[in-house]
Amino acid sequence: MRKNLNVIAAYSIMMSLIILVGVFQSWNIALSIFNLCLISAVMTMGANIQWGYAGLINFGIMGYTALGGLAAVLISVDPVQDAWSAGGFDILTSLFIIIGMILAIKFILKRYERSKIRTYFIAAIIILGIIIIRVIAEPGIEAIEAVEPAKTGFLGGLGLPIVFSWIVGALFAGGLAFVVGKVALGLRADYLAIATLLISEIVIAIIKHEDWLTRGVKNVIGLKRPAPYEVDLQTTEWFINLVEKFNSGKLALISDIADRQTALNQLVIEGSSVFVKLCYSGLFLIVVIILLILTQKALYSPWGRMMRAIRDNEEAANAMGKNVVKQHLLIFILGSAIVGIAGAMLVTQDGLFTPGSYRPMRYTFLIWVMVIVGGSGNNFGAILGGFAVWFLWIEAAPIALFVINLTTSGLADSHFLKQHLIESVPYFRFLMMGLGLLLIMRYRPKGILPEKIEIK
Amino acid sequence: MDFVNAIILLLNYIFIPALTYGSQLALGAIFVTLIYGILRFANFATGDMMSFGTMFTVLFTWYFQSLGISLGVLPTALLAIPLAIIFMTGYMLLVDKFVFRYYRVNKSPPVQLAMVSIGVMFVTQAVVRIIIGPSDRRFFDGEKFIIKAGEFKEMTGLNEGLAIKSTQVITIVVTMILVSTLFWFLNKTKTGKSMRAYSDNEDLALLSGIDPKKIVTITWIIAGILATIGGALYGLDKSFKPFTYFNNMLPIFAAAIVGGIGNPFGAFLGGYVIAFSEILLTYAYRKFFMYILPETMEPGGLVQLLSTDYKFAVSFSILVIVLLYRPSGIFKGKIL
Amino acid sequence: MAFFEGTNMTGGYGNGPDIINSCSVKVDRGEIVSILGPNGAGKSTAMKAMLGLLDLKAGSVMINGQDISKLSPQDRVKKGISFVPQTKNVFAGMTVEENLEMGAFLIDKDYNEVIHEIYDLFPILKEKKSQLVGELSGGQRQQVALGRALMIKPSVLMLDEPTAGVSPIVMDELFDHIVKVKRTNVAILMVEQNAKQALSISDRGYVLVTGENRYSGTGKELLNDQRVRSSFLGG
Repeated sequence: MRKNLNVIAAYSIMMSLIILVGVFQSWNIALSIFNLCLISAVMTMGANIQWGYAGLINFGIMGYTALGGLAAVLISVDPVQDAWSAGGFDILTSLFIIIGMILAIKFILKRYERSKIRTYFIAAIIILGIIIIRVIAEPGIEAIEAVEPAKTGFLGGLGLPIVFSWIVGALFAGGLAFVVGKVALGLRADYLAIATLLISEIVIAIIKHEDWLTRGVKNVIGLKRPAPYEVDLQTTEWFINLVEKFNSGKLALISDIADRQTALNQLVIEGSSVFVKLCYSGLFLIVVIILLILTQKALYSPWGRMMRAIRDNEEAANAMGKNVVKQHLLIFILGSAIVGIAGAMLVTQDGLFTPGSYRPMRYTFLIWVMVIVGGSGNNFGAILGGFAVWFLWIEAAPIALFVINLTTSGLADSHFLKQHLIESVPYFRFLMMGLGLLLIMRYRPKGILPEKIEIK
Repeated sequence: MDFVNAIILLLNYIFIPALTYGSQLALGAIFVTLIYGILRFANFATGDMMSFGTMFTVLFTWYFQSLGISLGVLPTALLAIPLAIIFMTGYMLLVDKFVFRYYRVNKSPPVQLAMVSIGVMFVTQAVVRIIIGPSDRRFFDGEKFIIKAGEFKEMTGLNEGLAIKSTQVITIVVTMILVSTLFWFLNKTKTGKSMRAYSDNEDLALLSGIDPKKIVTITWIIAGILATIGGALYGLDKSFKPFTYFNNMLPIFAAAIVGGIGNPFGAFLGGYVIAFSEILLTYAYRKFFMYILPETMEPGGLVQLLSTDYKFAVSFSILVIVLLYRPSGIFKGKIL
Repeated sequence: MAFFEGTNMTGGYGNGPDIINSCSVKVDRGEIVSILGPNGAGKSTAMKAMLGLLDLKAGSVMINGQDISKLSPQDRVKKGISFVPQTKNVFAGMTVEENLEMGAFLIDKDYNEVIHEIYDLFPILKEKKSQLVGELSGGQRQQVALGRALMIKPSVLMLDEPTAGVSPIVMDELFDHIVKVKRTNVAILMVEQNAKQALSISDRGYVLVTGENRYSGTGKELLNDQRVRSSFLGG
């Protein structure tokens, strides 16, 4: 019971911090922080499954996030007919060649014993395949990218509602995790960390530079939303009425009708963006709650117990006949798939896909700070970590500014040191993250909300 | 057919740039390998530590320039590096004392130390950005070229020019001096050998009376020298931008692992393996084939295996392949 | 009073239970003393206690009449006590000669002469001096381990199961070497599983059971003692 009190207390503090932002800064800011907190929470849940349940290090979170984002584009954007007719055939042919190559290699691996000749043969297939694909795909890619390059220049997507991409994003990320896991999970912990980090960089390189698929650094903007648009809301009768009703007290104070109308308009504009954000909050909350229920159920199931047993003593678990490799692969896929969902959610909320923005600091290491700070192995801890760290990440600049002004209050405003520090305010968030991580790891190594069950 | 021009072309666009870039990677890779071999963790703060050292080099260079001190044709930065090394080593020893030591004394698993190094990465990155800012800084002065392409063409009467930048020569020469000194130190001096012994078998080293504190201190000092010089050479050759340094950590890791982590000589060679494969695989050979093939067989396309966009991806793929088939690295030899 | 002795030693690892209980071991220079006993009797622990690798709750360790119970292992090495662990007892990634040099780490003066003495003792090492130890055979590695430990010209040499995992022929060879070392006036204390062979070269032996001294005597006495024979020497 005391432990539960901890959880309740920690979450109450977190929520009141966000409410304070709402009161003192604005509800718009508070809600956008809240929404990103929710997305971060999904990402940390994914990482926590891998690290907390199974002790697997995945420094490739950025890659899975980006794949989720790509799914959002490929699902929601309307197909570009011209591009398909220009180069679709070439791309499809290449796709078939790739499938053919994989099947051929699989066949060879199955059919023949391990030998040098086999290795050379496989290498030859891969090299030959790449050359053929380059020859076939090159004209197709050029043709696709030439179709209205300023607007499209890529194949587009399926034109389905964007929410579907949350599932597809999970599938994409899970698929990649399957491949990565198959090859890399046997590695020692620190090698696995490095390998996953580098693989995620390769994924980003591909997303950035294969314009025919992703538009690359030209970005995809104006993705369809699952929530209403602010402009539409502002002219919708029921919404205006709602805002009026909500603020009737405030509006009644204004006697002049014209003034009242302008005030109402202002409120409607503000309200519309708050309303849209609330819609997202609702959707995201549903995801977080579903995932939380599922992960909690899994954690306390026999399967969860087995995973922790494997984590705490791999050899013993192996000796007891548990298939460690298979379970690791499974958990690697599940965790990555959850990260993929978060990636799709993120792009859904932003309404745009910007491959250039995927950087390891923000999408891999920050998430790890969240997991470690929150408490690895504990889902409530992981979510709290997502909330707390994201909150600090956003509010770091104002806090730093406040601290700088306080400590340099003796200096003149024009003093070079003060000016320099104030210009550097954005970078204090890195400092806070680093110090926070170091302090937590030193003095509370199990995180703010530690794992409850311990297996000796 | 024109072999001389073809060779000059390869020298100019592949060999010299790869040798330079490889030297820069090699210094970083030896840094990674030393920390891994002796302190036993993968240091994710590598790139940012290098940028920290380079930052001091830039600051001192500016200071010297403001005083009017210069080295003539050589870059002033060479004068600034020794001072930067002092600050860098000081910072590293401080970080070790307040951060890493605790985990080492408690014999924490390497993974935990790697996580801690991420905290150090964040802090170092912040400090660098707060002090010098995130933007691109050039701090090269002195004579830019040793041979200019035009001069070379005039001298030899060839079609192809060969340009050699002074930063390229400085990088290669300094790397060779530094690395041979380091190997001499590790293989011939008592302290160097005791470092290798500590890395090889910690318990036995303790039983032999080797002082772990001294080993750790010396390791950080050598690491500080390598990081500062490696970072400064990269910055002189290209430019100093903190974010680039963070990114460079990845090919550096690749080089260290390809060479067999814990093996300094392997790391040294690994730097060149990564640099050469990155450049060889992404170079467009069209002009080269135009020189060596008869006119009728001239290639139509660029004859490029991979687009330069995938430069980093090349080294990472090599790394992944090495990790899968030979996790101990492709070079045999003495481990540290 | 013996040259090197642990008296009434009691202790265990960390906060764990006591593994040795009022256990006493003595050895003089030019003498080989074996510690024998069943698995888990605390043989290695007794030896490690004398080296200072665990904290004693009671009892003392003395060398040459001087109490060294409070000294760290490194400081005990400086007093002339050398230890060869059972496993990982060489620097596998370094050459034979470098291994010997590391053994002499604490010696400030020139130690070339000592290296030559070691080469005289173990001629094969001279032959392989530039080879990596990791590439040597098991028996040769044990010689390197012995050689490394002898570099400080110890007055006490402690061996933890020196013949574990080597073939019978190599074992005989190693015991020959150990006897040679003894003749250089070194006190040798060893823990052995191959009790019969160990006793045959030992001057004295101790049999430990559950961390306590059970029997002791000269090698011959123990070999001929019916109780010892039936319980530890296989009849």
